Amino acid sequence: MEPVVSIKNLNKTYRGGYQALKNINLDIYPGEIIALLGPNGAGKTTLISTICGIAQPTSGSVTVGGKDIIKDYRDTRSLIGLVPQELTTDSFETPWVTVNFSRGLFGKAPDHAYIEKVLRDVSLWEKRNNKIMTLSGGMKRRLLIAKALSHEPRVLFLDEPTAGVDVELRREMWQLVHRLRENGVTIILTTHYIEEAEEMADRIGVIANGEIILVEDKAALMQKLGKKQLVLDLKQPLTAIPESLASQALELRRDGYQLVYTFDTQADRTGITSLLDALRRENIEFSDLSTTQSSLEQIFVQLLEEA
Amino acid sequence: MNIHAIKAIYKFEMARTGRTLLQSVVAPVISTSLYFVVFGSAIGSRITEVEGISYGAFLVPGLIMLSLLTQSVSNAAFGIYFPKFTGTIYELLSAPVSMIEALIGYVGAAATKSIMLGLIILATATFFVDVRIAHPMLMLVFLILTGVTFSLFGFIIGIWADNFEKLQLIPLLIVTPLVFLGGSFYSVSMLPPVWQTITLMNPVTYLVSGFRWSFYEIADVSLWVSLGMIGVFLLACLLVVGWIFRTGYHLRS
Repeated sequence: MEPVVSIKNLNKTYRGGYQALKNINLDIYPGEIIALLGPNGAGKTTLISTICGIAQPTSGSVTVGGKDIIKDYRDTRSLIGLVPQELTTDSFETPWVTVNFSRGLFGKAPDHAYIEKVLRDVSLWEKRNNKIMTLSGGMKRRLLIAKALSHEPRVLFLDEPTAGVDVELRREMWQLVHRLRENGVTIILTTHYIEEAEEMADRIGVIANGEIILVEDKAALMQKLGKKQLVLDLKQPLTAIPESLASQALELRRDGYQLVYTFDTQADRTGITSLLDALRRENIEFSDLSTTQSSLEQIFVQLLEEA
Repeated sequence: MNIHAIKAIYKFEMARTGRTLLQSVVAPVISTSLYFVVFGSAIGSRITEVEGISYGAFLVPGLIMLSLLTQSVSNAAFGIYFPKFTGTIYELLSAPVSMIEALIGYVGAAATKSIMLGLIILATATFFVDVRIAHPMLMLVFLILTGVTFSLFGFIIGIWADNFEKLQLIPLLIVTPLVFLGGSFYSVSMLPPVWQTITLMNPVTYLVSGFRWSFYEIADVSLWVSLGMIGVFLLACLLVVGWIFRTGYHLRS
């Protein structure tokens, strides 16, 4: 499949000399949701701004829909919708005026029926004639999404779409994103919230210090880097791990009442059977056992530590 | 050409005039009326005629120019500075809009507003004095050329400014003094020789002089010099705007 966005050897150095992007290579495919994770200042917003035309690349190339973002900027920008991180709105305008303005700006003839549909989709139709300054933060965020959708883009960039949004609204936003994807829109989102990436993305890219550390299918990433832990609640506390078990990846928690064994789900042998045998030999009894899988958050922290 | 975008920007900018009707239209009309009362009636009663024209009527082209210049500059500067200030400029920068199209939208709207204002002031003036326009078409040409040129100048200021102080600085410190000292309220020939020479270094003198000629066929400098000077300003502004667009100065990081 041809990528809808293709980034090749992209570098961006700001005028002050700060290199925000270092040799970025990334292909994004039609209809997928890709989440770009990274700490503050990692280069996520710079990457998006460069693709959308707000920042100028220092070197390298980006194509959107097979067209170059510099040479064929009209074609590429027509395909893209951008929802910025900051809630930047025209406070004195109304949602109706500003969304129609966005459509015109992107070169589309007025289509009031379509704008009505977009405003209904983001639950702002009732507020269409209210001044934007009277809308809540969540409504403004949805308004920015409506503006970005006003010209029927094929690729949607969401820069931290749920920053400062309450839990309920965040769920609504995720549903909206899923609906957009069902309509064939490719979605690139940046986020701090691992939960968000875990919930929404098909693929995850991790950015740190202007570099893409990894891009992986979410499930594969979880499987590859996800460690599982077997937690045993002991009947009698241990003061130390018995010597015969010292070679195992074990640790004691809760004043010796809990024994935690970390294992790799991808390994040929998990080592659980031999561990349980060894415990029996040492007469260590347990009242309960459970397994947990490391979250994307833990994977993320681990990746950043390695980077 | 992204015609829809030009229309969208133009409409959006013009809508602001509608919202700020008091500030955009009523305020300049009131201040112009005050000029007529103060200069035309109080002082004008002591200066009966300038080059055969009643002082009140002589003032009209200068007063229109005063508003046209200051309003063109401030409208256009504010129009492009405000999205920069609020951050909504991201949308313009990420849209399939060439800088020429953005320029037509913003400068077109700013020039339209100030030209409309000029015509409103002209209409207001007819309530106070007897105004005759010897060359209406030429008057319109001056009005449009000056409106467009100074809107371009305002656009440059709006891009250059990175705070509200800078936005006000040039209109207040340069444009207003130049207009006041550019023969808006007097004929250059009324000044002592030294001041006449200095006044002729003021570019606004040429605009006021040419504009006044279109009304009363009296001028401080030749009509062609006036038209030539507007052409020079227009070209200078276009060159600066061209440079801004090539380099992305203060727009794209």
